[in-house]
Amino acid sequence: MAKDTQTVDPVGKSVPRLDAFDKVTGAAQFTDDLQFGPGLLHGRVVRSPHPHALIRRVDGGRALAVPGVKAVVTGEDTPGFIGLYLKDRHIFCTDRVRYVGDPVAGVIAVSEEIAEDAARLVEVEYEVLEGVFDPLTAFQPDAPLLHPDLGSYEVVPFIFPRPGSNVSNVFRVRKGDVDAAWAECDCIIEETYRVPHIQHVPIEPHVAVARWDASGEVTLWSSTQSPFAQRDLIAQTLGVSQGDMRVIGNYIGGGFGSKAGVSMEALAVAMARRVIGRPVKVRLTREEEFCCAFVRQGLVAKVKIGGTKAGQILALAVEYYWDAGAYTEYGVNITRAAGYSSTGPYTIPNVKTDSYCLYTNHPVGGPMRGFGMPEIHWSIEQSVDRLAEALDWDPVQFRLRNCVQGGDKIVTGMVMHPVGLSECIERAARAVEWGKQEPPTAPHKRRGKGIAICWKAPAMPPNPGSEAWVRFNEDGTVSVGVGGQELGQGVFTVAAQMAAQALGVPYEWVRISHPVDTKYSPYEWQTVASRITWSMGNAIKAAAEDARQQILEIVARHWDESPDELDIRGGEVISYRSERSLPLASMVVYGLPRPDDQGWIGGPIIGRGSFMPTYVTGLDPETGQGERAVVHYTTGAQAVEVEVDTETGQIEILRLAAVYDVGKAINPNQVQAQLEGGVVQGASSALFEALLFEEGRPLNPSFVDYRIVTAVDAPRQIVGGYVEVPQDDGPWGARGVGEHPMIATAPAIANAVYDALGLRFNDLPLTAERVFMALRECEGNKGSRGFLRARE
Amino acid sequence: MSRHTISVTVNGSAEYVDVPSNMTLLQMLREKLALTGTKNGCEAGECGACTVLLDGEPVNACMVLAVEVDGREVTTVEGLAHDGQLDVVQQAFVEEGGVQCGFCTPGMLISAHSLLDRNPHPTEEEIRQALVGNLCRCTGYTRIVRAVQKAARGRV
Repeated sequence: MAKDTQTVDPVGKSVPRLDAFDKVTGAAQFTDDLQFGPGLLHGRVVRSPHPHALIRRVDGGRALAVPGVKAVVTGEDTPGFIGLYLKDRHIFCTDRVRYVGDPVAGVIAVSEEIAEDAARLVEVEYEVLEGVFDPLTAFQPDAPLLHPDLGSYEVVPFIFPRPGSNVSNVFRVRKGDVDAAWAECDCIIEETYRVPHIQHVPIEPHVAVARWDASGEVTLWSSTQSPFAQRDLIAQTLGVSQGDMRVIGNYIGGGFGSKAGVSMEALAVAMARRVIGRPVKVRLTREEEFCCAFVRQGLVAKVKIGGTKAGQILALAVEYYWDAGAYTEYGVNITRAAGYSSTGPYTIPNVKTDSYCLYTNHPVGGPMRGFGMPEIHWSIEQSVDRLAEALDWDPVQFRLRNCVQGGDKIVTGMVMHPVGLSECIERAARAVEWGKQEPPTAPHKRRGKGIAICWKAPAMPPNPGSEAWVRFNEDGTVSVGVGGQELGQGVFTVAAQMAAQALGVPYEWVRISHPVDTKYSPYEWQTVASRITWSMGNAIKAAAEDARQQILEIVARHWDESPDELDIRGGEVISYRSERSLPLASMVVYGLPRPDDQGWIGGPIIGRGSFMPTYVTGLDPETGQGERAVVHYTTGAQAVEVEVDTETGQIEILRLAAVYDVGKAINPNQVQAQLEGGVVQGASSALFEALLFEEGRPLNPSFVDYRIVTAVDAPRQIVGGYVEVPQDDGPWGARGVGEHPMIATAPAIANAVYDALGLRFNDLPLTAERVFMALRECEGNKGSRGFLRARE
Repeated sequence: MSRHTISVTVNGSAEYVDVPSNMTLLQMLREKLALTGTKNGCEAGECGACTVLLDGEPVNACMVLAVEVDGREVTTVEGLAHDGQLDVVQQAFVEEGGVQCGFCTPGMLISAHSLLDRNPHPTEEEIRQALVGNLCRCTGYTRIVRAVQKAARGRV
């Protein structure tokens, strides 16, 4: 960073990233880069080859006999349950495996090669059981049960499992009278949509290193979005005091939710317990990364929606069947979030929602960018488009007519805060020249435009907290302690901007204390849910204001003035009355002499801040109604123009506009960067991505078989924009936007493809093959190119 | 496993390294020379996070055995800056926001360098083609492409 630059009042300015220099020089340390010396041991996980089976016997004897093998760990070593919202998971399986890849044993050895070879020698005897591979099957009363002990699992109060079934959570909305409303509708659309499992695909695979000291202190170095949640959950399960459990989180090479909560990290900790004093590293291979950490849940969505010719959406009935995988300890809350957001960003008077979390013998469904919202908006936003067309409304005008406004009573009965969604819609539509038709670039190509809108609230318990502290160095530079994690989104930069703004020092004076270390860093629930700018931001602002007030009071006594007449500007305390000034460096560590020079005032300044939302209320489990379901919603709109090659089925995204109401853009450039990255990840999920399984066996866990967007495939023209309707509980009015750009992308593309071809796709992804086959089928039905002529 | 002592020039500095015959160049850089800027993303030559220059040509270090680089020259991300001064490509990545999580960045920088060495004035499509083997999940590539364009202008 240029040390001679002095950016005052940095909030709202596109200051450069704090971490960029270290990241372009290779100096930035990720967990796998840490050096542990020759004492480092390596762990390899033995995984189930069966999607569903009982474990009859595990014998590590032959593996243990291999020279260089230090220990073999099995489910007997980890009898307790672990999980964020519903403790339904063992660290190593004890009696049953529930997906291909479920950890059965761990081998610790002096090298990766020996651990890998020895892992093959662990003998496991299984009794194979019938599997469940589809959420609708899992929902049947006679389906094989994956968790017969569901009723005995520990669960948080807002999650509702149904023991004796595969339903680990249900969220219901009963608002208005849906059954009566259908009669008043001029048109009703009923469709079923499917969303496959996909994976986050961070370029850095999961990695964790753990060490148990003889003293009882446990240290975990992990690539994690959730150092504090990992401390808490792993400590609980292994019977360690949280005070003796330390988690250190270095830079993260991409997370997107996959590194939230606990996925593979507890394996390393459980293994390290058997080799006291020695660090044990477990690093997932890319194949394991695809199927053995978290995946995004699959979804079958049944949507019935009705409206009037006047353009009002009158009623919505949805059933969400989540393919949540083998364990739903985290995923149960996706079902809940999908329920309380089930209308999408529309005000609809009559709503009936049933959102079911279903166990299947697929990998563990967990949080992924959007937390259920990309999945449900895929169905909502195509259904709204269909309804608009059937009612002879323009898709943009129909959304403007029905989208949520400040003061509306939304799906849960909560009163919506001020929101700039209408402006987002208008600007996104304008950016793609909505209504204007351009000819395609070739006769066999077709062009179309589509729009989709979305909302998402931070999905979390009602009371997740944030802490921050602000300290000073002798030269007046500032150290800010945070517990939020830098996973690429730019949180350290934004944290420094906020601290500088609230203190009155230049941005360049602020240092962020990292890596986050639960032993020294302030508390942060998790870096998830697009909540950090908002929640941690509130804590940082409070900490900086606390420090500022202390400074003003000390200088006021020194000058014999009132603190109300003083301010801090550009790193100096100034008096508006006497026009005196004093550099911070002269007092933030050593204090100041009293006016009579007899004794001193002050001392090292430390500001503290904490924030926790205290105003989220419970919801009625039968109706989903309550006063305040969530802290707030971030809303936005995306419009896209595509060109489809009818000879290959390939979809080219010509231009894409994404406009979100961020409340306040703390760093406009970073907002734009999140918009670009999010829409491209969304486009990748729309065009390419699906984890394929055959009876639970993964078919494509590699970059060759599971394609993600490359530099060549990525859209060339992305227009990002934002609206600033301030959030009353956010710092400087800010709300989060990290996840949102992914939400509306896929349905916007699908709506544009419909505009181009007249074909609807209810299932993701829109691969060239699928589009091509649909075109072929259409030709077969209507005669050669008939469908195309019909639209010309 | 047989062991070999190889001599290799890494970022301009002569190194003698004792390596087992099955060790990859990626492992050698990270584990023997503590040059951890080169990242391990897939160990299958598919993600590009471990891209380094071998005698000036970009390779996936996970696909090259250490014994193969005996007597040759390797450049990693740590070899790009000099005396704390970023080179023109690094500087462009910082200025254009081509960095988010930073895990693909070292490989991206090396591929960009290689492209600009071969083709000092690439078109946008040539840049995108040159980076097709370097996966990025954060940026959507827009700012990376822009950074390479800026670097090309800066190198003139």
